[in-house]
Amino acid sequence: MAADDTRVSAVTPWHFYALLGVGLFSLALYTFIVQAHLLRKILAFNIMGSSVFLVLAGLAGSPAGEAPDPVPHAMVITGIVVAVSATALALVLMLRLRDTSGRLTLPEDMGG
Amino acid sequence: MVREAMLQYADIALILVPLAGALLSFVLPRAVSLIGIASAVGITFCALGLTETLLTNGVRQHLVGGWGAPLGIELRADGLSTLMLLMTAVVGLGISLYARVWFRSEANKAIWFWPLWLLLWTALNALFLAADLFNLYVTLELLGLSATGLTALAGSAAALGGAMRYLLVSLFGSLLYLLGIALIYHQCGNVDIALVAECLSPTSPSWAALALIVSGLVLKTALFPFHFWLPPAHASAPAPVSALLSALVIKATFYLLLRLWLDLFSPLAPQLDSLLGLLGAAAVLWGSLLALRQVRLKLLIAYSTVAQIGYLFIAFPLASVGMSAWNGALYLALSHALAKASMFMAAGNLMRHAGHDRIRELDLVAQRLPLSVTAFALAGMSIMGLPPSGGFVAKWWLLESALQQGMWSLAIVLVVGGILAAAYVFRVVGFAFTESPVTHEACPIPRAMEWIALVLALGSLLLGVFVQPPLEVLAVGTPLAGGN
Repeated sequence: MAADDTRVSAVTPWHFYALLGVGLFSLALYTFIVQAHLLRKILAFNIMGSSVFLVLAGLAGSPAGEAPDPVPHAMVITGIVVAVSATALALVLMLRLRDTSGRLTLPEDMGG
Repeated sequence: MVREAMLQYADIALILVPLAGALLSFVLPRAVSLIGIASAVGITFCALGLTETLLTNGVRQHLVGGWGAPLGIELRADGLSTLMLLMTAVVGLGISLYARVWFRSEANKAIWFWPLWLLLWTALNALFLAADLFNLYVTLELLGLSATGLTALAGSAAALGGAMRYLLVSLFGSLLYLLGIALIYHQCGNVDIALVAECLSPTSPSWAALALIVSGLVLKTALFPFHFWLPPAHASAPAPVSALLSALVIKATFYLLLRLWLDLFSPLAPQLDSLLGLLGAAAVLWGSLLALRQVRLKLLIAYSTVAQIGYLFIAFPLASVGMSAWNGALYLALSHALAKASMFMAAGNLMRHAGHDRIRELDLVAQRLPLSVTAFALAGMSIMGLPPSGGFVAKWWLLESALQQGMWSLAIVLVVGGILAAAYVFRVVGFAFTESPVTHEACPIPRAMEWIALVLALGSLLLGVFVQPPLEVLAVGTPLAGGN
């Protein structure tokens, strides 16, 4: 985005939120990859999700006091519903995995 | 009267029938398999009806509730979508019939299998019909969540681990895709594919969106080196689930990638197709080599899927000139769907019969389950690309366009991949004829399970004989299939 000159010259607070979202996404992505504990991975996924929503809502903001575009907000709400159900499923799977294998990490790769 | 109504609402019925079936089977656990089979038959009729209207009236568009592009949900069925819907219907019907027999002895799993499978089918059909990027995101998530539930169905530690890994990969891939959509929406103020196609330009936000969406989908399609999650998930699930994951779910994200590539991305990034082709070639070689090394049959078949996904991506650089490489890739997707479903079913039969799936201890299974071994061998013909199979036609087209463009390295990969596939298929067939030192208590297998595997394998061979009908469907409203 930084290379797009016309836009950088007109950075609004909304773009600041969007950039914040990108930063948050990178941080959460790092945790998602590095941490082995499944709960941390699930939390990192949630933060990544929230950061994507921040980007969506941030880019939707309008500059001069006009009403913001409602469509991205509808997308964010749908995204939150998806994220909540995905988190629920992930947590249940994690607990089942702990009950059957006694571990809270993913099994090692099977040679591939 | 009924027929006309069915033809008119075939597209919406393709989503509503499996959805209604899923909800009903969830509420009525006693009648699950009946509801499941009824829905599968209904979906097959709808898919055939849709094909008929497509061939007579051309591309179909349906505005759900009468709302148009920027706000409403639009369903669109062109030749590519319809071909995918047909593939899903045929293979899905086969898998449903197989699952009915398979889960007879595991009634406690059947009550979870059917709602999840019908929900997954809903997601697949909706994905093939969706015409805007955000609905595609929703269908992707529905697909991922229901596929995760099915992967975990076996309940063993291996299955749960595979499901967990699959869920995390799938969610991460979807988030990358959604981030890409956020950038596209910011640029175009729209998510309708046709409208977005007019507004994307070779600028950095478009490139960022392209990179995010393509990497998300490549991750979900398990292209090398992102295939790590596929073998544990596909190999630890019950046989009908392995079949539907390997045959159908992988194809959905490939379809989406191909659709976006054709409509949006191909003018934006001329170099990316070589990278995808390179990864595809690596997948063919690496997947085939690992398939050769496997001790367990289901893992061998899962690694064979990794290799076959590679062929689909080899088409990207080949299709930069002419369209016949796309026909090859799509034909491979079709014949692989039939052949791989059949292989996993045959493997399921062998596993039920002997209680294990170690290749070295197959123990004269060719004499005990001749139909299953025949199904495996016939499906293997399509996987390795021997004539007269669908896999042969597909690889022939790919090879032809590789030679026409002088891309010798890809042509060599295509040939070597076929030889490696022959090696791993014959390795299994060979051990099916030999007696193993360890003998096992054998368990009888219902004949229906063997026949269904055989019929699907024959289907993948028939694709090699009847080449024109799929191409006719494919040509409606798409730039594809014109080359042949």
